[in-house]
Amino acid sequence: MPRPKAEDRTILLDARAMSRALQRMAVEVLELAHGTDDLVLIGIQRRGVELADRIAKLINEQEGTNVPRGALDITLYRDDLGTVGPKPVIGETHLPGDLTDKHAVIVDDVLYTGRTVRAALDELADFGRPKRISLCVLVDRGGRELPIQADIVGKAIKTGAGDRVEVQVTELDGRDQVDVVR
Amino acid sequence: MTSILGKDLTGLEHMTPEQIRLILDTAEPFKEVSERPIKKVPALRGKTIVNLFFEASTRTRISFEFAEKRLSADTVNVTASGSSVSKGETLVDTARNLEAMRIDMVVIRHPSSGAAEFLGDRIASNVINAGDGKHEHPTQALLDLLTIRDKHGKIEGLKVCLVGDVLHSRVARSNLWGLTKLGAEVAVCGPWTLMPRGIEELGVTVFGRIEEAIEWADVLNVLRLQLERMEKGFIPSLREYYRVFGVTPERLERSPRAITIMHPGPMNRGVEIDSRVADGPHSVILDQVTNGVAVRMAVLYLLAGGRAELADAAKGGE
Repeated sequence: MPRPKAEDRTILLDARAMSRALQRMAVEVLELAHGTDDLVLIGIQRRGVELADRIAKLINEQEGTNVPRGALDITLYRDDLGTVGPKPVIGETHLPGDLTDKHAVIVDDVLYTGRTVRAALDELADFGRPKRISLCVLVDRGGRELPIQADIVGKAIKTGAGDRVEVQVTELDGRDQVDVVR
Repeated sequence: MTSILGKDLTGLEHMTPEQIRLILDTAEPFKEVSERPIKKVPALRGKTIVNLFFEASTRTRISFEFAEKRLSADTVNVTASGSSVSKGETLVDTARNLEAMRIDMVVIRHPSSGAAEFLGDRIASNVINAGDGKHEHPTQALLDLLTIRDKHGKIEGLKVCLVGDVLHSRVARSNLWGLTKLGAEVAVCGPWTLMPRGIEELGVTVFGRIEEAIEWADVLNVLRLQLERMEKGFIPSLREYYRVFGVTPERLERSPRAITIMHPGPMNRGVEIDSRVADGPHSVILDQVTNGVAVRMAVLYLLAGGRAELADAAKGGE
């Protein structure tokens, strides 16, 4: 596998920009869901779970509510076990009860090919029939391979196939930052 | 070029502690799948698995079948009676014929020690040993390890005693390898006629009296007295065995600790284990059964994706 000689790393979002993006996303989630009555936030393992927690916290502070949260590991629903082999460590999946008639908002860090979201939709369908499923991502980097779009986007950029978008969150990485590595 | 577990799972003797831990860690999230409203994930969709059982089995075969089905694999069960095996076909011919129908994995139970490895060396499909003679029963030991880790939070440093018919027990052999590799202290206890020769050389303590084992142990794994494998007089009588080696509440009461009680099943109640112990508060016998499905899902999942020809793609993947 050829390795790039030098990495060109630029900061896409620093901690303050990320905080502002999350605040705006929280407001947009509330508008999209018409309040919190049927709202369920579902983070995709790994960093989507932390981002869903942040957004839930922002909503709860504003609305005085306790929005139910879930976590989804889509590893077992991937369509590429035969080409990339198994991922040894599979994260936790837990959902707050039956999703039937709920408005589920899937939260992930980066939207790229759309295959993760496709797998998440398949997995959610095995937990009930939400009345609506929306998608909320911190970074939309383009490059879709499936007809999937986000409803709420923190930051949209164009990237090439060899680029990487690296999201760091304080809970796991010690700081909030999004880098683009070219 | 090797994959995570290699092509086959034939025993724990030649596995590394890291590989064993990987299986246990992978089993954790699979427990949750069996608690879902729809107990099924598509991970092994399109894979065909044959359960080839040359020996009677209920628990192990059903456990494998649940594991396979919950991963969306297609499964076929073949038993020795009522198949071409009873017409004298050899093991390899049976397996090659199955392979000609494009299968992906074989789960085999066989009365001959070494049958799983023999088969694995001769066919391209993944082979999983579900018990071969007196050799190994690796998935049973893995589920025992997972159950011990769940109950005690660790395996390293724990004192685990295998009680009873160690001589005829492939479960004991696999447990011994797995436990010692993960750092547990292992002992065996039973009549000397049922102890393998030279077992002390493996660093295993041997207790001749059950009272000594109970005083020492954190965990008792009570083995089944394999009545069908005993050709000659290994023990005077079942009642005598119960009187001398039976795990009873009266004996356990003398222990300073609450000893975790395990049994691989099927139990001979009132022979190797008293019903009040088997159904008592420190018994994890049914947890073992639950964990069996998760461990087998983990093994199937890791072997299915861990083929040599896929390892290269995996390195460039994601």
